[in-house]
Amino acid sequence: MSLIDSVSLPRGFRLPRVDGLIQWIVPLAIIAIWQVASVTGFVPTRVLPAPSDVVLAGWKLLLSGELVRNIWVSFWRASIGFLIGGGIGFAFGLANGLSQLSAKLTDTTLQMVRNVPHLALIPLVILWFGIDESAKLFLVALGVFFPIYLNTLHGIRTVDPQLIEMGRIYGMTDGELFRRVIFPGALPSIFVGIRFALGIMWLTLIVAETIAASSGLGYMAMQAREFMLIDVVVLSILIYALLGKLADSASRVLERLTLSWHPAFQKR
Amino acid sequence: MQTALRTSLPESELASRAKFAPQARVVREERQEERQSERQAQTAGLPLSIRGLRKSFGDNEVLRGIDLQIPAGQFVAIVGKSGCGKSTLLRLIAGLEKIDAGSIGFVQDVQPEDIRVMFQEPRLLPWARVLSNVEVGLGRDRSSGDAHARAEKALAEVGLTDKRDQWPSVLSGGQKQRVALGRALVSRPRVLAFDEPLGALDALTRISMQRLLERVWRDQGFTAILVTHDVSEAVALADRVLVIDEGRIAHDVTVNAARPRERGSAELASLEGSILSHLLSADDRT
Repeated sequence: MSLIDSVSLPRGFRLPRVDGLIQWIVPLAIIAIWQVASVTGFVPTRVLPAPSDVVLAGWKLLLSGELVRNIWVSFWRASIGFLIGGGIGFAFGLANGLSQLSAKLTDTTLQMVRNVPHLALIPLVILWFGIDESAKLFLVALGVFFPIYLNTLHGIRTVDPQLIEMGRIYGMTDGELFRRVIFPGALPSIFVGIRFALGIMWLTLIVAETIAASSGLGYMAMQAREFMLIDVVVLSILIYALLGKLADSASRVLERLTLSWHPAFQKR
Repeated sequence: MQTALRTSLPESELASRAKFAPQARVVREERQEERQSERQAQTAGLPLSIRGLRKSFGDNEVLRGIDLQIPAGQFVAIVGKSGCGKSTLLRLIAGLEKIDAGSIGFVQDVQPEDIRVMFQEPRLLPWARVLSNVEVGLGRDRSSGDAHARAEKALAEVGLTDKRDQWPSVLSGGQKQRVALGRALVSRPRVLAFDEPLGALDALTRISMQRLLERVWRDQGFTAILVTHDVSEAVALADRVLVIDEGRIAHDVTVNAARPRERGSAELASLEGSILSHLLSADDRT
């Protein structure tokens, strides 16, 4: 007996074909206009290199292995930081959503910390951790903590009390009530938190890698700036955009798979 | 032989039988059959005995001493103005609220699975398919091997076998309520409490749901307690209608009309009229 009945593919889910291509029309058109503007000299290449030059720079970096290494380093930092921060945020969200005592004990403190912009801690973090990996992980974790914490808490607090009463009447234990009623009920809100957190994750990482790093995409962009390699700078920015889109798409797929019961995810 | 009485005294039955003397024999045979089915029902239903029941929320005394005996397998309807305490009485019977004073006894030992409640809202889990929702009703037997088969059977009883793999969000209001009924029935309860279960349905769906309720009650013989604001529903379904006013049982009316009952028949209508006049006269007093 499955608990959430959510593993099967919803009927509305299709691999992107024609529908999936429509969303790429605008980005591709922008690139085409950009290329034309560069080739005709409307935009000087010193301000913005042509897309073909950016691709060429990417190809060179790919061959040297530098690109893959830097993307991998950034990806690794992003995911580990996300897992740590998101995990702790989720745990606090659960604890404070389920237990009044825990909420009283920690919520005020967390709300105070939340109002400090986490990027303002960069000087302090560099003093603590140097420009080591832990500095970046700390910042990313801190950044993703709050959206996941807040949305998990909100999701659990807003689970329909009538459903909880129903679960109790039908003799569910606390564990069962959580698995069958509270967690699935909070899931849509948790996903909102995850998608917010993914945005913050990239933002934090870019800033942290630009300011203090010896590897990663942000570092690659800063190095390129030193040598006036504007095509590599633009390349890094584009890769960030693609990675951000990728993370968002991944969370959307996950959402579709787990929330197929939700009317918003059903195609008729 | 149908009589409506304020108190359910057995003498009145004698009186009505005397009135129909020529048919007495037929009637007696019918009654014997009825009694037999009643006896079968008694193994399923639980008798209830409520004594001096009181409940208040803050300063508001909602129930002011309820004394009530419900025989096993009886279908009791509770009517009254909103705020009269009828839902509170039901919630106390179902164990959803704490009793301030008095007692509710079930005569025999009861398991949690023996008492089930059906609410005005279906309260289905939106993230579980119809069959899984029915399985929720099994209580502690959820993980047993025959859980699936039992849930399928309950789903068949409410006529929704073909919807077993649907999400609740695609069902109509009446279908959702039928799933909720299946979930309440799957553990074979001995007392089933209905808290205005049909209140949110349209008139036609409501009538077909009433027929369904009556059918499963006759099949399974549980003790049924129905809280409703619809007096015609009460007289159409119940053996006995209790009118609650200001936290007390104001009237106790027995409905002896034969089943299946014809909706809108004259005797049900006159019974409905007299109960309504009780309710409205209580209104005039205030």
